[in-house]
Amino acid sequence: MTFEVVMAGFGGQGVMLMGQILAYAGMVHGKQVSWMPSYGPEMRGGTANCTVIVADEAIGSPVVAHPYAVVALNRPSLDKFESAVRPGGVLIYNESLISTPPTRSDIKVVAVAANQIADELGNVKVANMVALGALLEVTDLVPMECITEALKKALPAHRQDMLAVNLAAIERGKQAAEIP
Amino acid sequence: MAKVFARPESLVDMQNHYCPGCTHGIIHRLIAEVMDELKFADRAIGVAPVGCAVLGYMYFACDMQEAAHGRAPAVATGIKRVVPDGVVFTYQGDGDLASIGCAEIVHAAARGENITTIFVNNGIYGMTGGQMAPTTLPGDKTSTSPYGRDTHKQGFPIRVAEMLATLDGPAYIARVSVHSVPNIVRARRAIKKAFEYQIAGKGFTLVEVLSTCPTNWGLTPLEALDKVAKDMLPYYPLGEYKDVESEAGAKK
Amino acid sequence: MSERVLMKGNEAIAEAAIQAGCRFFFGYPITPQNELPEYMSRRMPQVEGTFLQAESEVAAINMVYGAAGAGARVMTSSSSPGISLKQEGISYLAGAELPAVIVNIVRGGPGLGSIQPSQGDYFQAVKGGGHGDYRLLVLAPANLQEAVDLVTEAFDLADLYRNPVLILGDGLLGQMMEPVLADLYRNPVLILGDGLLGQMMEPVEFRKLPKRELPPKTWATTGMRHHPHKNIINSLVLDAPGLEKHNLHLQEKYARMKLNEQRAESLHCADAEVVIVAYGSTARIAKTAVMSLRQSGLKVGLFRPVTLWPFPVNALGELVPKVKAFLTVEMSAGQMVEDVKLAVNGARPVHFYGRMGGMVPTPEEISSECVRVLGGVR
Repeated sequence: MTFEVVMAGFGGQGVMLMGQILAYAGMVHGKQVSWMPSYGPEMRGGTANCTVIVADEAIGSPVVAHPYAVVALNRPSLDKFESAVRPGGVLIYNESLISTPPTRSDIKVVAVAANQIADELGNVKVANMVALGALLEVTDLVPMECITEALKKALPAHRQDMLAVNLAAIERGKQAAEIP
Repeated sequence: MAKVFARPESLVDMQNHYCPGCTHGIIHRLIAEVMDELKFADRAIGVAPVGCAVLGYMYFACDMQEAAHGRAPAVATGIKRVVPDGVVFTYQGDGDLASIGCAEIVHAAARGENITTIFVNNGIYGMTGGQMAPTTLPGDKTSTSPYGRDTHKQGFPIRVAEMLATLDGPAYIARVSVHSVPNIVRARRAIKKAFEYQIAGKGFTLVEVLSTCPTNWGLTPLEALDKVAKDMLPYYPLGEYKDVESEAGAKK
Repeated sequence: MSERVLMKGNEAIAEAAIQAGCRFFFGYPITPQNELPEYMSRRMPQVEGTFLQAESEVAAINMVYGAAGAGARVMTSSSSPGISLKQEGISYLAGAELPAVIVNIVRGGPGLGSIQPSQGDYFQAVKGGGHGDYRLLVLAPANLQEAVDLVTEAFDLADLYRNPVLILGDGLLGQMMEPVLADLYRNPVLILGDGLLGQMMEPVEFRKLPKRELPPKTWATTGMRHHPHKNIINSLVLDAPGLEKHNLHLQEKYARMKLNEQRAESLHCADAEVVIVAYGSTARIAKTAVMSLRQSGLKVGLFRPVTLWPFPVNALGELVPKVKAFLTVEMSAGQMVEDVKLAVNGARPVHFYGRMGGMVPTPEEISSECVRVLGGVR
């Protein structure tokens, strides 16, 4: 199986890091993985996105036109990628920053108030992890222990105290995405 | 009988290709004498330019590299970084250094690259047949300024020594001439100082040497030497433009 | 024991160079290869190497010339417009027979073009690029593991033949992250990787390739204290018979490369009716297409040149009697397809599909093109 995920948001929302953690976790899980950033002349602001692929077979193109899942952290990202999701795929969107919900009915759409939840946890920077949690809940891409290991690697030595809040953010994201 | 004059050991025993009356031979000799005196030929690596001195790699009795046009300072940079205890020098003309190689010389100087550049300025492209150089004097006729260099159309000559002396990287910048014996003696002194500074690790050094081109100037060798004194010296004043060891820094 | 570590293409290439013994890097910023010099600027001081940001690509390649002439393992990297600027120096490197490794992370052109992936520099890479009769060894990795391995090879091949070697990548390969086999150092002293990645990377040691016997660099200009005679690094030969002799020597060397260094990978070619020919990033996309076409029962294969020069004419030639048609796929208007046609020499039809300007072909596009070609040969 091959799962492609596009993660998109404002520069600074941590979409690149979120993607790298997913890719790393996939690798820890023994899968083939790739991570590919969008790169352009903009350095600040604008929209940033990356494509992560987690697969059983060797990965062909690290970029895809129609990913299995999209995580949109802001409105421009939703506008850009909603139509790209493969029929039957998954769309996670950040309802804290996106007031107009997606219209697609042939995919699984999940709203998560990523910024609000991150605020409640006392650190708005972990909104990306909330969204990642929602994605993990809906897709079962990689087991949680692989994500934990990736996060441990991702946090530098002097930031290991941030592990708890990141894990909490992922947990809250999972809960928010739970199908009632 | 005591030998009072001989070919420096650091010059290869062969006939060079320079025109009669050209001062390249004198300048080569001065470098070789300094190599002999300071005894660094066995760790010298020279870089020859494109221009009249393109065959310079044959004449010096040390390891040599032949660079692309204008790129000698970049090539020398690569060498010096690999052989930091080598004595690395470039030998470049005015077209090579002040026109096509302007970026390379400015940045090697700005980096304080610990190399020595001997810059031979005769205000003309010799090898290609007497075209206008960046250092051709206003009014001078060349094969590409047949009506004389018109500063309105062809701009002004570049004073390399003064320009590079504004940078913080160089340790020593001087302009000398070889149109008379006293000046040749002073030129030798400047070249020696430049190499001594490099050996001491002080940074980038450059000696600009005012030189002649009787062939392309259309003058006899003696007339050519006179032209240096009469026309070039007023535009290109001699002196030390930068010396990190001198308290005044620059004294003319 | 080796394990997989996640690395970014540009950084994996840089680290591979360092582990291959490269201690000198001269470069100039240009997207999409900036992570490579940035990585070198962090890493070189840790191994007592030299990173120097040159004033231009022109200066950088001439610093490479000087350093290579002094006997060092040296690298530069750039992207298309910068590689154009380096062509003068590359010609001089070839003429003076200096070993060096040049990386081109290709972007769309011509002119300033774009910064997105392309394969539009194939001609420049394999047909000479600069002036005069010369050839570069051109290696085209399709994934990061191969990039790491080929960088190591590139330094050896450069030294073996006294010839510049070009690694031809593209924006996809440079920018993507993918696992690479490596040993993790048990005593980490270094932090690898860029801002984000750096936090999750441990120092690595790539798997070692078998060591080659390499000739000593007795020709290097390191000063006469190191050798009995004066060494000269030079590409100038003014007399015509002398220069012809030098050229014949170079051609003899290139003939040896053609004989010994052709490399290619074949996938499902044994019973294929149509074989796709693609290199680098395009080949990995074509592979996806081939796998899905095979699942539909269609007999298609993939031939992937790893060396673009020498072009793997021998291996491709062996396929000619077995297949009905070839389909060359490139991120260009059709460059490598000319070498495919030369190798096939009219014996079979050679079709072409290409995207340009930074557009990356999808497996679906390649599949449908392949099905079209397949329909024509049945």
